[in-house]
Amino acid sequence: MADAPARFDDLRREAEAAIAGAASAAELEELRVRYLGRKAELTQALRSIGELPPEERGPVGKGANQVKQALERLLEERTERLEAEELDTRLAADRIDVTLPGDPPLPPGHLHLISQIRREMEDVFVGLGFAIAEGPEIEYDYYNFTALNHPPEHPARLPQDTFYLSDSVLLRTHTSPMQVRAMEAQEPPIYIVVPGRVYRPDTPDATHGPLFHQLEGLAIDEGITLADLQGVLLEFARAMFGPERVVRLRPGYFPFTEPSVEVDVSCFGCDGTGVQGSERCHTCKGEGWIEILGAGMVDPNVLGYVAGNGYDPERVQGFAFGMGIERIAMIKHGVPDLRMLYENDVRLLEQFGA
Amino acid sequence: MRIPVAWLRSYCDPGMSAAEIADALTMAGIKLERLHRTGVGDPAEFVVGRVLEASKHPDADRLSVCVVDDGSGEARTIVCGAPNVASGQTVAVALPGAVMPDGTKLGEAKLRGVRSSGMILAEDEVGIGEDHAGIMVLESGLPPGAALADHLPIADEAIEIEITPNRPDAMAVYGVARDLHAVTAAPLAEDPTAADAEPSGDGSAEDHASVEIADPEICLRFTARVYEDVKLGPSPRWLKQRLMAAGQRPISNVVDITNYVMLTCGQPLHAFDLDRVRGSRIVVRRAQEGETMTTLDGVERRFSSEVALVCDAEGPSGIAGVMGGQISEVAGPDAERPTTRVLMEAATWVGPNIMRTSKELGLRTEASARFEKQLHPELAVAGQRLAAQLMVELCDARLVPGTIDVYPRPAEPRRLTLRVERLERLLGERVPEDEVVAILGRLGFAPALGSGTVAVTVPPWRDSDVQREVDLIEEVARIHGLDKLPTTLPAREHAVGRLTPKQRLRRRLEDALRDRGLHEAVSYSFTSPAVLATLRLGDEGLLRIRNPLSEDLSVMRPLLLPGLLDAARHNEAHGSGGVNLFESAHVYRASGALSDPPEGSPGGALPAEENHHLAALTTLATPAGWRSPERRSDYYSARALLDAVMAAAGVEWQPQSKVTEGSGPLQVRTFLHPGRSAGVQAGGRDVGWVGEVHPSVAREWDLDGPVAGFEVDFDALAELASGPAYYTDVTSFPSVLQDIAVVLPEDVSAAQAEAAIRAGGGELLAHVRVFDVYTGEQVGEGSRSLALRLEFRAPDRTLTDEEVAGLRAAIEAELGKIGGRLRV
Repeated sequence: MADAPARFDDLRREAEAAIAGAASAAELEELRVRYLGRKAELTQALRSIGELPPEERGPVGKGANQVKQALERLLEERTERLEAEELDTRLAADRIDVTLPGDPPLPPGHLHLISQIRREMEDVFVGLGFAIAEGPEIEYDYYNFTALNHPPEHPARLPQDTFYLSDSVLLRTHTSPMQVRAMEAQEPPIYIVVPGRVYRPDTPDATHGPLFHQLEGLAIDEGITLADLQGVLLEFARAMFGPERVVRLRPGYFPFTEPSVEVDVSCFGCDGTGVQGSERCHTCKGEGWIEILGAGMVDPNVLGYVAGNGYDPERVQGFAFGMGIERIAMIKHGVPDLRMLYENDVRLLEQFGA
Repeated sequence: MRIPVAWLRSYCDPGMSAAEIADALTMAGIKLERLHRTGVGDPAEFVVGRVLEASKHPDADRLSVCVVDDGSGEARTIVCGAPNVASGQTVAVALPGAVMPDGTKLGEAKLRGVRSSGMILAEDEVGIGEDHAGIMVLESGLPPGAALADHLPIADEAIEIEITPNRPDAMAVYGVARDLHAVTAAPLAEDPTAADAEPSGDGSAEDHASVEIADPEICLRFTARVYEDVKLGPSPRWLKQRLMAAGQRPISNVVDITNYVMLTCGQPLHAFDLDRVRGSRIVVRRAQEGETMTTLDGVERRFSSEVALVCDAEGPSGIAGVMGGQISEVAGPDAERPTTRVLMEAATWVGPNIMRTSKELGLRTEASARFEKQLHPELAVAGQRLAAQLMVELCDARLVPGTIDVYPRPAEPRRLTLRVERLERLLGERVPEDEVVAILGRLGFAPALGSGTVAVTVPPWRDSDVQREVDLIEEVARIHGLDKLPTTLPAREHAVGRLTPKQRLRRRLEDALRDRGLHEAVSYSFTSPAVLATLRLGDEGLLRIRNPLSEDLSVMRPLLLPGLLDAARHNEAHGSGGVNLFESAHVYRASGALSDPPEGSPGGALPAEENHHLAALTTLATPAGWRSPERRSDYYSARALLDAVMAAAGVEWQPQSKVTEGSGPLQVRTFLHPGRSAGVQAGGRDVGWVGEVHPSVAREWDLDGPVAGFEVDFDALAELASGPAYYTDVTSFPSVLQDIAVVLPEDVSAAQAEAAIRAGGGELLAHVRVFDVYTGEQVGEGSRSLALRLEFRAPDRTLTDEEVAGLRAAIEAELGKIGGRLRV
């Protein structure tokens, strides 16, 4: 078989053309049987190699094997390609409406806006080194008033301004009683914020209600200053209302702080200009500032009530602040009426709260 | 309080605009509420005119046609309705286009056929008085065309300020001027109460009247002066204008003087017609319970025994510090018996008493608003002095010599010392000593600089607020300017901030419900006895509010369910078509009787029991999709939510179908479907309920179909919550999974079956889970089949088939004891 190698080349060319032209897996299988099957010429040639003269066996065997391997590889490649094409075609036909809703159609839930803001505020103060303390809503007048430097005749104690359960038990009118409870329980230094419900006998309107939420802050240590209060509240204002905000302290009055201050933040709606576009800014009513909280240096009289626990007013001092969570929420998110926050209307709830 | 700016400037004029003044005061603690313009619009439209000719209108009896020289060179015709208009008069004229105080713009008009261009003005028309009887006739020397504003205060601004309770001194124009002086250092005019009037004639005030303070607990000082030959009449224009600019109605010179003194220096006065003070005697005492009197506003009022009264020899003549009585009211010149003798009262009342009276009577007056902030007794005589000057000057009155002054316990001046170092330590800013002295000096504290200290005498008008060193520090800080304060953060050596494990857990559980599609509700802590009755809850341990806003909000809620039911009703009524809500908040219960605590601190004790609950209420387990129907909530969907919460908390729990002994609202379950609810048992305690709300309860809230949920005591969960997990080897040796089907009598619960399986499987049985329940022909009447997946695992070896077969046999034996058999 001196012409065997040439014959193999012919076979190879012929098979290669046939494989390339095959249009389906079935056709390829047919070609595989024809060129590489038991009865195929190539297979026969390899099988009968022993009949050749010894010097021809090597070249013929090698040539046949090379062709065989090349064809096998080619068949495999072609099979894969054809299968891939067939899959593509099949998938392309398997098309759904991707714009239909998911399954099952469970809408996401939401935290209440008050909770969302409360957590946001808590996280800011935790970052500033404050722990979170919570106290009872049903309080003794001692903690709510007396130890907060409200004399017995102070008007806030009147039933027009405080809900009473008995002569000396009431619904706390602010989160401040926790200042005293916390200082009784822990020696200085103390850095806490106190979120929670507070109560006042106010008929509900757009900005009042018989209950609302406050967040109180208290920091007592050696050498805490009013300047430190300004720094802490500046960080808070920027975290809540944006990095460009500035705060302004104005003299104010509270029985349990001295000096007392009211704290304004520059309006985020108009950047403190009071003007939005060509109109009066509706966020700050054109003032450029928004009042967000009351604060001050803890009055020495308050420290006097817990002096036995290390709060000597000549040695330690500090600041306290308190703000309405609803107020912050309403300012930040433009909610026009406090009452909406207590209707629990899902159409409102689902607008806020991650 | 409205501070007219022109009046303020007459005491202290820092050369600033009204807005700048308001800003400076705001930063000193007297906060601007609003800036008002008072009087007319553009003052250029108002001029002096001369009536050249006034003749009767041809077609109207009451109108005059006037030819007026307005200085323009061209006479204008003005039709005027005033009866007193006459030729030759110098008058005030508004030109067409002028904007009047009420905002209307004056146009040209034809009046009964005669064109009128402009208006001759009465004082009420430019807001400087109330007189509308006729036009103002001005001094004849004024030249026509001159700007009216140069001669009459027809345009002004007023700063409406918010006064904090510690600043009664700022409820007075001169008091505000003092602060303006302190912040701007602009000169301050002499105190208008400094000078006094000369008395004249014989005798002394004591000859005309007597004063007795019967109860010194309600009155610190009572001073009285007597005036004779008083001529009642209208006040001069300047006085009326000042009162009106401050928002007060002028009445008569005597009454106006009392108001003017109050507005100037903050001391309210009361003028009695001395001839109507029976017995010429004043007695200050508390009212008898139920005693009545008619006040100046014509209302008959009934008093409790707390109310302080100013009485004459026969009975009440005025409510101390709040409002006078009709009986001794001064009478004007047109009255049947005009007042000629006045007893002028300037007293110092006890602030808290005035506040209580004012609240009790629902009567808050300019006087009570000042007295309730506690005025100093020195102010009473200051007020008398200013009033005397005006009584003599404006009412031609004779001041009878002497002042009746009942002052049981004269106050000593208060002296304080400020350490400059302490000031710096509190503020975090150094204020130079000389500035400290200058500020306190401008505020009237007469400071004297020592070595590192400043000694002061507190002026009477600040006495109620400035009593300690720290109060002085506030004075310096607010005038020095808080805007100069540096911004620092606490330089701490101790203390860190973090959430406690319990706070983190609460967030985790709330998030778990949120992530399952529930919306968080926040509802009132109050509920009503009727609602609790609807839930068939007893009133044991209920906390009632003594002074609730309404019966509906009169008890503290013992569980969260009512708020969620309200919220569900609200949303269903607004067509939500299914609502899933949760709440995380306190509930309240009495822990024994609410007793008064001992004297002093309760030492951290809690007056009542408060627990944090977590509750969910759902009506829709899965909403309808486009290829699946909706599934309404039921016991099992609610239980799945509770399972999620409990798994998040790491708390094992079991449903308890029997109602347990407890009487708390979490235990009684009177408001739940008796067959489709369970108690939540964890750690051997009842920690809540889960299940469907009783259909008749749901109906009360207009909710159709099953409403299911749960409520658990979060505080209990936090105690039971598992701590940090410790590593368990679950990868070294494979577990063996086996599914079994067990046929059981119908009344054997899944929990009983599981307990039997666990008894048989022992420690090597890692998990059991029901994955199917079947009832029907194949198991026969009265039985059901549970399919369960069992997972066997040994920590130290791979279980052999023989071992597992043995465990299965043991399980089968245990199931046999409760009437069960394996289904093959």
